[in-house]
Amino acid sequence: MGATTIEQPIAPPQRPGAVEWLHKNLFNRWYNTILTIVTVVALFLILRAALEWIFVSADWRPITRSPLLYLVGQYPRSELWRVGVSLWMVSLLFGLSWGVWRGLFRAFALALAVVLSAGVFLPPPEGSPALLFRLSWLLNPLLVFVGFFVANRLRLTGRHILIGWVTSSLLIPILLRGIDGSSFLPGVTTSLWGGLLVTLILAIGGLLLAFPIGILLALGRRSSLSVVHYTSTITIEVVRGVPLITILFLTSIIVALFLPPELRIDRLIRAMAGMTIFAAAYMAENIRGGLQAIPPGQVEAAKSIGLNRFQTTFLIELPQALRAVIPSMVGQFISLFKDTTLAVIVGITELLAIGRAIIQSDSEFIQLQAEVFVFIAVVFWVLSSVMSYSSRRLEERLGVGET
Amino acid sequence: MTLREGSRLSISSDVPIWRDERVLRGAAQLISAMLMIGALIWLVTNFIQAAEQRGLPLSYDFLSQESGFPIGESVIEYDPSRPFLYAFLVGLLNTLKVSLLGIILATVLGTGIALARMSSNWLLSRLALAYIEFFRNTPLLVLLFIWYFAVFNRFPRVRDSIALPGPIYLNQRGLFIPWPKYTTEGLVFLAAILLGIITATVAWIVLRRIRERTGRQTYFPLVSLFLLLLFPALAWNSQGGQTITWDIPLLEGFNFKGGTTLTPEFAALLVGLVTYTAAFIAEVVRSGIQAVDRGQREAASAIGLSNAQVLSLVVIPQAMRVMIPPMISQFLNLTKNSSLALAIGYPDLFAVGRIMINQAGRAVPVFSMVMLTYLAISLFTSLVLNLYNRKIQYET
Repeated sequence: MGATTIEQPIAPPQRPGAVEWLHKNLFNRWYNTILTIVTVVALFLILRAALEWIFVSADWRPITRSPLLYLVGQYPRSELWRVGVSLWMVSLLFGLSWGVWRGLFRAFALALAVVLSAGVFLPPPEGSPALLFRLSWLLNPLLVFVGFFVANRLRLTGRHILIGWVTSSLLIPILLRGIDGSSFLPGVTTSLWGGLLVTLILAIGGLLLAFPIGILLALGRRSSLSVVHYTSTITIEVVRGVPLITILFLTSIIVALFLPPELRIDRLIRAMAGMTIFAAAYMAENIRGGLQAIPPGQVEAAKSIGLNRFQTTFLIELPQALRAVIPSMVGQFISLFKDTTLAVIVGITELLAIGRAIIQSDSEFIQLQAEVFVFIAVVFWVLSSVMSYSSRRLEERLGVGET
Repeated sequence: MTLREGSRLSISSDVPIWRDERVLRGAAQLISAMLMIGALIWLVTNFIQAAEQRGLPLSYDFLSQESGFPIGESVIEYDPSRPFLYAFLVGLLNTLKVSLLGIILATVLGTGIALARMSSNWLLSRLALAYIEFFRNTPLLVLLFIWYFAVFNRFPRVRDSIALPGPIYLNQRGLFIPWPKYTTEGLVFLAAILLGIITATVAWIVLRRIRERTGRQTYFPLVSLFLLLLFPALAWNSQGGQTITWDIPLLEGFNFKGGTTLTPEFAALLVGLVTYTAAFIAEVVRSGIQAVDRGQREAASAIGLSNAQVLSLVVIPQAMRVMIPPMISQFLNLTKNSSLALAIGYPDLFAVGRIMINQAGRAVPVFSMVMLTYLAISLFTSLVLNLYNRKIQYET
């Protein structure tokens, strides 16, 4: 061997400078340079047109005149406190869940706090004290953090939180609906509910109700009892094979034709039944995927320690399967949230229906459809994006996709 | 380790009949079957009873009666004197038309966006990401309303049509585009193109197989290309340069004549479905291509394949295996989502079904037909694509 080489210490790679970054990511080849220039020009033209429309030519009166309509529809303004209290309950529960389940709920709780704080910018309804209205929105983020610290301090467990969720999901509908004839909680028929309130009720209610049905369908499809197996399979495949709108139509209109006149089911509940059936079929397939992913050793181990079939399913298989499908559940919730817009076709006054009603309420607004629908699209986009962002944090936390 | 026969026998004979697995299973089968059949009978009898009481006949005999309602647009000739069944067919064909076109266009657009998303160009990739994030997080119905009420309904009047190269004219009444004229020369030319495609494909497959078997160079791409061009060129030559004549839309009086028209409803639905589904397809394509192991590409380059060969021989065949199942469900989603046509007035299957319910007063028969048709489309599509999927998966 000839000359000895002197080991040069290799400098760690430095962060590329701005020019280097530009060269590497935008101008590294001649065609990339052309691409970049074309994209920049196109982007500039689109952005200029969009900004000009937003700030100059668009007329936002249909939205600014009564933003509360988009939130709660015709819900009596004197009873709005009930919606506020419901939100407080949700905020507190999110905080508590964050305190107990930590990373699982952290992103969702923080996102809720941020989104609800934005309510401060809403104009208060006429006849109500403005300061109180604004402060009541700001109580939400506060409650999220209070919940977090309370859960930590009192060392609450998952069981407490679940009880809290179940009781409040029973309490909130009662609170919002009220009791006919009572003076403290006068009844508010669901035909007065509207806007984002109904959208969220349909989505959350649909998902919560779909959950047990989805589990049953998933277990049914894996059952060795052929009747149960085929019934579940056919149900799942039929519901997944037809458009949601046909199912909504079925539960909202066709079923109502055959119910005895004294048994009139509320329109909102009928629509929710449709959402539930639809969501349950898709959820069943998700859960089935989770069940299939469980290594057979788990079931064998459970059997060998003497658990019976029932115990094996509910103590060993389901908890693991459900944990594995949490992220896809969030994804499903987002698409359910978007799908609630279809309820407008069966006459439910959710967000999109409110938009259409506002357009028709004033002859000047007929020309302003673009403004209303773009606003509604943005509302959906913001909320769905927040949820899918939070769900990505959750996936990182759960380590989904890692082995 | 062997188990003595005697011990097993003694265990099983010790089990009382109410704990014997086989007996329990049989009983459970029987009970669940009885419950299910009982529930079914109860439902059906109740249903029929209610139908009779309400005067909602369940028969399908009305299908041959005159429908009596107009339909905005149709693939086949239609007028209100046609029977209900024919109107139903019109709706079905409209659904199939928008779905088929939508699937093709969404796949093309989605693949383009996926390629942009994976581009090394930072700006382009971010732009594709923004597109995907926007469309995935916005409800389709809202987008359709924007397309229909805020875009296609807002186009200028016929006089002030927007002219695009083509020539394509945009106005309130829809999209006017050139369309091939029905002429003998055009037909011959079209047949020649088809013949070219068929012979080129056959030559490609046969010559390629020969090459794979014998290792001899057969120049199959060149031969195929030659065949592909040969027949149209012959037709062009024999007809003295006459090819397909285009029928070009022209403003005559108060409307455009010639060419073909896409109604605003159809155009809005198609554009809405395509732009929405493309975002989902882009993600399917991207994850499919990224699922191919890096080493595969590197190994392919290492044995001397060109870039195009790496893509077409190594990456895409493997990516297809990952992509096909989610792609099937996106295609089905598009087809099912086309039922939102009702909200913007395009006469698809569901919309026509709804008019039929009002017109004939037979909610249940019509509705069952609509649902079964959707189900049949879904099952048929997934059957065909699943067969294809099975063919391209690894053989195990």
